[in-house]
Amino acid sequence: MQQTQSANFTTVATGTNVIVQAVLAMALGLFVVGMVGFSHISAVHNAAHDVRHANAFPCH
Amino acid sequence: MHVFRSIVFAASLAGLIVGALISVVQFFGTVPLIQKSEVFEKAAADAHHKASHAGSAEVDHHHDAEWEPEEGFQRSALTVAANVLTAIGFGLLLTGIYALRQRPVHWREGLFWGLAGFAVFVAAPGLGLPPELPGLPVADLTARQIWWIATAALTASALYLLILRSEPWAAVLGVILIVIPHLVGAPVAPETHAEVPASLSHQFVVTVVLTGLLFWSLLGVATSLAFDRVSRKRS
Repeated sequence: MQQTQSANFTTVATGTNVIVQAVLAMALGLFVVGMVGFSHISAVHNAAHDVRHANAFPCH
Repeated sequence: MHVFRSIVFAASLAGLIVGALISVVQFFGTVPLIQKSEVFEKAAADAHHKASHAGSAEVDHHHDAEWEPEEGFQRSALTVAANVLTAIGFGLLLTGIYALRQRPVHWREGLFWGLAGFAVFVAAPGLGLPPELPGLPVADLTARQIWWIATAALTASALYLLILRSEPWAAVLGVILIVIPHLVGAPVAPETHAEVPASLSHQFVVTVVLTGLLFWSLLGVATSLAFDRVSRKRS
């Protein structure tokens, strides 16, 4: 009984752990896209200008 | 943190390949159209510049102070870099979803997740804010960005409800979420005369949407293949 419980606990912990790591990676992805496509810094805007237009991100 | 590392590795690998491939497509597709449009944009800006300088001594140094990449290699290299970073960023989103599925994701399923990305990030925002060439009249940038991000977020939530939930209320709510941002409406550009010909704009919209479809299909397949390979090696 105790063994099953601890086994269950490990599965749940691993599951939560995977979710946390996946969500972290997705947040990093959104941050990268935000910098390239949405930053108001003019140098960043001008550097990625053609890509912003080609991806239909809002641009000047 | 081995799952995080696998996601980042798979997304970087897929993003590098897809970003490079899509850059080649853009150099033949969208880039020549942007350059054609910039001829009209520059002509209009010069005319405006001359007009504003004729009557007053007011100095317009707004544009001179901004850094711009040099034409040619520098501009093209930055386009490739921006494409690779965009592909890695969106690749992290897709690969994160595969990790959340907690079972192997076949390339065909990856393709469908890629098409979902196309719906969320190209089709839905593009319906209200169609791809635009430089030099066209546009509404306030921040307002458009807020509408774009809100539309993408609502459409993503809608697809989650439509695809991953089986309850009837989820399907109804999903359809409502897709429609809401378009009922609210995207920020509207002021009614002014544009120098850019309508035929060029139309060609640009078609090219951007098709390039987007290719980008997301490739990214879906590449990320699922890469993540499958990376996670198998680790387990």
